[in-house]
Amino acid sequence: MCMTCGCGPDAVSIDGKSLQHEHEHSHGHSRHSHAHAHAHSHDHAHAHEHEHSHDHDHAHPHPHDHLHSHEHGPLEAAHAPGTSAERIVQIEQDLLAKNNGYAQANRALFARQGIFALNLVSGPGSGKTTLLVETIKRWQQNGAVAVVEGDQQTSNDADRIRATGAPVVQINTGKGCHLDAHMVGHALEHLQAGQSLKHDSLLLIENVGNLVCPAAFDLGEAHKVVILSATEGEDKPLKYPDMFRAADVMLLSKTDLLPYLDFEVDAAIRYARQVNPAIRVIKLSTKNGEGFDEWMGWLQTGSRQARTSRA
Amino acid sequence: MHELTLAESVIEIVENAARQAGVTRITRVKLSVGALAHVESDALLYCCEVVSRNGAADGARFELERPPGRAKCNACGQEFMLDHLALGCPHCSAHEVTVLDGEQMKVVEIGVV
Repeated sequence: MCMTCGCGPDAVSIDGKSLQHEHEHSHGHSRHSHAHAHAHSHDHAHAHEHEHSHDHDHAHPHPHDHLHSHEHGPLEAAHAPGTSAERIVQIEQDLLAKNNGYAQANRALFARQGIFALNLVSGPGSGKTTLLVETIKRWQQNGAVAVVEGDQQTSNDADRIRATGAPVVQINTGKGCHLDAHMVGHALEHLQAGQSLKHDSLLLIENVGNLVCPAAFDLGEAHKVVILSATEGEDKPLKYPDMFRAADVMLLSKTDLLPYLDFEVDAAIRYARQVNPAIRVIKLSTKNGEGFDEWMGWLQTGSRQARTSRA
Repeated sequence: MHELTLAESVIEIVENAARQAGVTRITRVKLSVGALAHVESDALLYCCEVVSRNGAADGARFELERPPGRAKCNACGQEFMLDHLALGCPHCSAHEVTVLDGEQMKVVEIGVV
């Protein structure tokens, strides 16, 4: 990751183009070096590099070092061999502070433009993209909508969205298991460059299919919406409580399949409320249209609020 | 594996702090990750070691404290320790609780030479 702008690893791309290509920073001392350490270590000969490798060599072959340092209290721990005494630097800094800064910037953009942004999260195979396609078709009758599509690989989902005529940007996270606010910020730039991010529009961000990691990362959205399909286990809210706690809405999808499944709707809702008593639940089906009036109504209310706050 | 992303944040934070302090070597990093934060301790520590390589924190000792979860019941008002988000109030079984502690993820301090 680049220290200046926080660019993600090389593997992240937007609409097939690597993020790195857009940010040719010239700063020499960045953590790109660790990514290239094996291939290009001679290219990264910082003044202190010898010292590092020296320390490294000593630290690992002598694990008793660590034991030794435990004998001292935490505040006077770790006298490194052959060096002067350790000094403590207080930091007290949140690990998510940087992501949250980018999220705030995204949120400010949404507020300025009256955009109602949602972060859609679920496990793989819950039917997020189908749900998006159906939602877009209905929304397009009245308003503008744009989509940010997150997947580790392929642009298959973006292609499906594009077929609706809605503008879409595909983020491929490579090995990454979640979208972060910085990637989304770049995706928004792409949409803006194409004049595709309209004032007062609905922005649907489809996160990487994963019920764990995306819970921690604020993208600047108004709400996280978690999708639980009837073909999954109803106890997923208990198994993945962080996600169901982070979400404001749970869409219980594929309800048309309920007659053929053992899925207990009441139990699923009870479990979701156990981790998040305030969560709103909408049961819907893209096949028979059940619940779509409620879902579209909820979207319209949110969009109206976003519009009003701009004005 | 969002622990890798978090580890990248850790290393960025501590390397910046070391640079500001005018030192080139970090010997120890103390992290505080609440018991309710969605983080696997071992994975985070492992990722920190991997990401720290060839930087100022290479070879540093990473310490992780996990302060317990604490919550207050919105129904009966009692405070209690909370191990898991799906567990409600032990006194009245209500699930409407306000988490008071145990969700933080931060770098507390570093040792430098």
